[in-house]
Amino acid sequence: MKRNTVVRIGVIASYFVFLLVSLLVEFEPGREIGRNFASFTVDMLTILPGAFILIGLFEVWVKRETVEKHLGEGSGIRGYLWAILLSATTVGGLYLAFPVAYALYSKGARLNVIFTYVGAAAICRIPMAVFEASFLGIKFTAIRWLVSLPLLIITSIILGNYLNKRGYKIAAGK
Amino acid sequence: MYLYIIAGIALLISLIASRQKTLRALKVSVKRFVRIFPAFLTMIVLVSVVLFLVPDVVISEYLGGSNKFIGMVLASVLGSVTVMPGFIAFPLAGILLKEGVAYMVIAAFTTTLMMVGVLTAPIEKAYFGIRVTVVRNVMSFLIAIAVAIVIGIFFGELFQ
Repeated sequence: MKRNTVVRIGVIASYFVFLLVSLLVEFEPGREIGRNFASFTVDMLTILPGAFILIGLFEVWVKRETVEKHLGEGSGIRGYLWAILLSATTVGGLYLAFPVAYALYSKGARLNVIFTYVGAAAICRIPMAVFEASFLGIKFTAIRWLVSLPLLIITSIILGNYLNKRGYKIAAGK
Repeated sequence: MYLYIIAGIALLISLIASRQKTLRALKVSVKRFVRIFPAFLTMIVLVSVVLFLVPDVVISEYLGGSNKFIGMVLASVLGSVTVMPGFIAFPLAGILLKEGVAYMVIAAFTTTLMMVGVLTAPIEKAYFGIRVTVVRNVMSFLIAIAVAIVIGIFFGELFQ
């Protein structure tokens, strides 16, 4: 086992010991953290299985050529549009955009488009935008989109092009 | 919930089309999930601790200060280090607005909240590597500041 793995297991194990002891001796901050942990775990477990089923199906059924054509080299500006449309329908949050990004990448989507997808998954999810507009007004949401989207695409192009030159690769998650 | 309706329908169509391929798909699902699971666990642990240290009350207390620029900086830092589902974040933003917090401060908070993920870094790092994770988050942070400033201009808050 690598040293990092050992450290991580140690930290997480002591965290759970801390939660357990807090529960037994009724240490309120520890119990509060435990409640947070439980509610977030439930949140994750309601989303992750569905999302990973879709990722698996995508992996098996969607042809590499299809992804390459729409999101790969030579997809031009349409690639970015597809990435934004795809991100608008993403559920969960940023944390789910990464496994999806990897799935797209392994099927031939280019880096610029991947970074646009990840960023847009953070700012363009439709259900969230509806929520935002209802609390802060349409003007607020409209300005946010109009400012952040172009900047996101520009920074994705810069980052993607730079990394392409350096022969960068996205890892399979470890 | 609509996620499961879609996943269910997709799974059913896949099963009808080919049982073998569906089985392979599910194997891929499990493999991918198991591989990234430690990173997810790390994130949940971090989130549970940070949410305890930075509850909603603290956020509204700090952002309501009189200086908009200090508020904006504080808001963007708070937004970066917290994770909050939208159904909590936007009602909170609505409350802050009623308490007189400037739109640009709220924009800095909600935009960093969505775009900058200090707590999701364990997951991001597993796929993108540490350097790209840092660069991407710094860029997102700057975009959020830009959004906040433009919001400040359009809501007439910046040059008062």
